[in-house]
Amino acid sequence: MDYTMEAVPTPQIKPKRQYAALGRWAFLLPVLILNLIVVVIPSIVGLAVAFTDWTGYNVPSFIGLENFQRLLQDDIFFLALRNNLIWTAMFLTFPIAIGLMGAYILSTIKTGQMIFRVMYFIPYVVASVVSAQLWRQLLHPRVGIGAWLANQGITFLDFPIFGTRETSLFAVAFVDSWHFWGFLVVIYLSAMSAVDLELYEVARLDGATRFQQFRFVTLPSIRPTLVFTILMIIIWSSSTFDYIYMLTSGGPANSSEVMSTYLYDNAFNRFDAGYAATIGMVMSLWVALAVAGFVYLRKRGWEI
Amino acid sequence: MLARQRTASPIPSYMILILLAVFAIGPLVILIMNSVKSTAEIGRNPIGFPETVILQNFADAWQEGNYATTIRNSAVLTFGTIVGTLTIAGLAAYALARLKLKGANLIAFYFLVGTSVPAQLFMIPLFFVWRELGLVNTHIGLILIYCGIYSPFSTYLLRSYMISLPEEFVEAAKIDGASNWVIFRHIIMPLSWPGFLTAGLVVGLNVWNEFLFAVTFLPGTDQRPIATSLFAFQARFGRDWGLTSAGSVIMVLPIIVLFLMLQRRFMEGLTAGGLKA
Repeated sequence: MDYTMEAVPTPQIKPKRQYAALGRWAFLLPVLILNLIVVVIPSIVGLAVAFTDWTGYNVPSFIGLENFQRLLQDDIFFLALRNNLIWTAMFLTFPIAIGLMGAYILSTIKTGQMIFRVMYFIPYVVASVVSAQLWRQLLHPRVGIGAWLANQGITFLDFPIFGTRETSLFAVAFVDSWHFWGFLVVIYLSAMSAVDLELYEVARLDGATRFQQFRFVTLPSIRPTLVFTILMIIIWSSSTFDYIYMLTSGGPANSSEVMSTYLYDNAFNRFDAGYAATIGMVMSLWVALAVAGFVYLRKRGWEI
Repeated sequence: MLARQRTASPIPSYMILILLAVFAIGPLVILIMNSVKSTAEIGRNPIGFPETVILQNFADAWQEGNYATTIRNSAVLTFGTIVGTLTIAGLAAYALARLKLKGANLIAFYFLVGTSVPAQLFMIPLFFVWRELGLVNTHIGLILIYCGIYSPFSTYLLRSYMISLPEEFVEAAKIDGASNWVIFRHIIMPLSWPGFLTAGLVVGLNVWNEFLFAVTFLPGTDQRPIATSLFAFQARFGRDWGLTSAGSVIMVLPIIVLFLMLQRRFMEGLTAGGLKA
């Protein structure tokens, strides 16, 4: 190649530049190809098979909107959807409230901030299978906290909380919240430590109480972070799976069924992959709506 | 100097903080205490200190839970995914951070969409394709999936790290005529090691703890990692609380120790966004 470059230098410049651009893109190719194979193409196929009678084992044939008609008449699906909404509502209140409170109090103390922060975060690195086991024992009517309280004469927790229709979903959501809230403390605390201290000084001079300082200085200052965590919780709540699968498998009598466990059951136990994909489509729609709402608020000029 | 003297008396604050700490750590302390009790003692004394310490639970759990195999399986999955993900994500992050690419914003958008897709949607077709390809029940099959799922997050994390690197080294190398590959391999990569460490820890933790894909793609007892085998173990020895607690401690203790040693990096990486542990 060397001698051609000497002989005809000018035409070589352009191919060389193109080659350089290709070379730069080559760095991206492995990630893009693998992501296409594992996530993007199967997602598109997933959306497509929602319109088929695919069992997972047959050659799928197109059946139009039949799966969607079936979905609209499926009481278990609506129960699951309702449970996802309850789950979301619980995660938007309990962990966020503790997360904000923990972070706010931590931001006001001088010593020990680091140690508390680390302790709160530990449950977040614990595997779901371990947290599930741990709380299965702690909330067990005969060997858990309930049994211990009953020994002291307090009998309100000594019943099978995961095995009772009225409590199963809330009990599982509580366990997942235990695992999750410390994550929010750390996120909120780092947002709060960026707040200008002079704002608090001014609020204090105006006679603001600690709660008023939180309400009128801290909350508005960390709004982008708060909104971001709300968006994340809404997205993650649509596909929550581990704790329900492990602790109740959606039971008893579907009382803690959510979309992901119902989808899983249809896809891998009932040989109904097409119908499962239809549920997957609803889950994707949920995510799309959440992201669209986020983008819309941003377009409206919210600083989020 | 504006110190944070917002507290009149810090004592109520510390009381709430200590209560929250008990809520976070207490259950794990009980788990560890129960792992050295006999099941009979747990029945009498479910949440107190152990009367006698029985380490036999660990030996039994190790044996019955087949930990020699499952730890090896988890190690293969974890290290395989870390190496694979960091390699491809490092290359991509370098291109996005340092090489002037047209369409880099489009790629970032694509990653954002890709990480928001519910796993259950693409898992169904993926499972049946993987089965056709003979990749179900193989570690390489699941490692490929993990690399595909975790590489966008790692790319994002590494990219923001590489953007912040000083320009001078790269400029000097360019003047010496170094290729993009040489710059990546000998300048960017060594300088970005903290970013690689953080991304590696987050990816490793996620793989070690991961359940949904592991239970679906590695149903065989010889291939499964700790997470799913511990789940089966718990079902098998449901009432033997001492034994199942010991089984859980074996899985979680190394992670807690590693977290305490490198807590700043773990927290920084895990709160960087977009990935649920």
